[in-house]
Amino acid sequence: MNKIIKYVTIDILRNKIVLFYTLFLLIISFSIFSFDDNSAKGLLSLMNVILLIVPLVSIIFSTIYIYNCSEFIELLVCQPLRRKYIWLSLFTGLSLSLCLAFLLGCGIILLINEPSTTGLLLLLTGCLLSVIFVAIAMLATVGTRDKAKGIGKAILLWLYFGIIFDGLVLFLLFQFSEYPLEKPMMVISALNPIDLSRINVLLRLDVSALMGYTGAVFKDFFGTGFGFIISIAALLLWVALPLWRSTAKFNRNDL
Amino acid sequence: MIQIQGVSKSFGKLKALDNISLSCEKGQCIALIGPNGSGKTTLIKSILGMVVPDSGNILFGTANIKQSWEYRSRIGYMPQIGRYPDNMTIGQVCHMMRDIRKNEAASIDEELYHTFELDKMQGKRMRTLSGGTRQKVSASLAFLFNAEVLILDEPTAGLDPVASEQLKAKILKEKQKGKLILITSHILSELDDLVTQVIYMQDGKLVLHKNIDDLKAQTGQTKLSKVMANLITAETE
Repeated sequence: MNKIIKYVTIDILRNKIVLFYTLFLLIISFSIFSFDDNSAKGLLSLMNVILLIVPLVSIIFSTIYIYNCSEFIELLVCQPLRRKYIWLSLFTGLSLSLCLAFLLGCGIILLINEPSTTGLLLLLTGCLLSVIFVAIAMLATVGTRDKAKGIGKAILLWLYFGIIFDGLVLFLLFQFSEYPLEKPMMVISALNPIDLSRINVLLRLDVSALMGYTGAVFKDFFGTGFGFIISIAALLLWVALPLWRSTAKFNRNDL
Repeated sequence: MIQIQGVSKSFGKLKALDNISLSCEKGQCIALIGPNGSGKTTLIKSILGMVVPDSGNILFGTANIKQSWEYRSRIGYMPQIGRYPDNMTIGQVCHMMRDIRKNEAASIDEELYHTFELDKMQGKRMRTLSGGTRQKVSASLAFLFNAEVLILDEPTAGLDPVASEQLKAKILKEKQKGKLILITSHILSELDDLVTQVIYMQDGKLVLHKNIDDLKAQTGQTKLSKVMANLITAETE
């Protein structure tokens, strides 16, 4: 299995897109921290960029990579290898290289300007988001033979998690504004890894004071050690569930 | 050695394999023939575990191949259309395959790799290769691990006459070592001096599985192409 991870990782790291992605993140994080003298504000801006860009790049790149890999997968499937290992190796290779790109792109500058637990948390969040969206991309591609359809699916999924979901939540909030929605909101936020990550980081910044009563309820829960562990567990579940589904599907796939 | 028991597979409405049962033994060289779309490749892919049958069992040796993978180390497979990662060179692909199957005790057989002179162009990227050269890579990979079962899906399609003869000579040599060889081909004349058994498939059904000598005696012909023509016309009448 390690051998396949090695081949996949080397192949991805040689890809120029990943290099561009790293450079892009580097430029963004550098410019954000050099424009703002207040590093907490810089952290906030960087968070917003990361929550948008990282899932997008992860899901699109992984989808296209898996499709381009179809020959490689076909070649490996008729070799004495477990199918599960082939699929998980692809996942590990993609996750490793995208996390590495993210850490190189954002990590260094972030830790120089904001060497706090919040900074570390943002890095952890970015890595988790990369891995989550690799897993989601692999689930989107596994049953779809048509490349255009698969990439379309991936883009729609990103739109849903990044934009549409927030709209739906807002709609819900306005419709039921007469009811106490703070507690259900916490559960709903767990349904979107991007939202969950946003709440997790925001609560550790001073701006969370501006979030009103909902913010206070959130802080009461997510601000504690227990709440933090629960939210990380929820994020890990976002990796495990899609990955488990796609592995099961890949095992039964005809090639 | 390979036993197929009541295997069926459909792709949507199309029934690619319809209740196929047969068994192949060591030392046999089997020609798998049938018109286009008769399910030959699906059968081969089922044996390799690339296609999962809807029902039925496939036994390799004594073990069911369902959810198993170790048995594939005993198979050398040459696909009909070899698809390889575009960015890798010939040398890298061969090196990678050897790396993946390294812990096998079986010896490495590089004869075909050298006969086809692939070592002289190992720096070429797979994307730039012609169909024939690609076939040569597929063939040398199939023979590389000295596997006891060889499955060759249209091995000579796209090869030039010289390479085609070289490959046939190699198949003959491996056959004499007592390996089980499964070949599909539409060019019956080139199977003549190779095969010992014939499997004929049509519309996903097994029409016949017989010894070549019996068939020759039955039809009174000596050439495989004549034998098959004789049988098929007898079938349709």
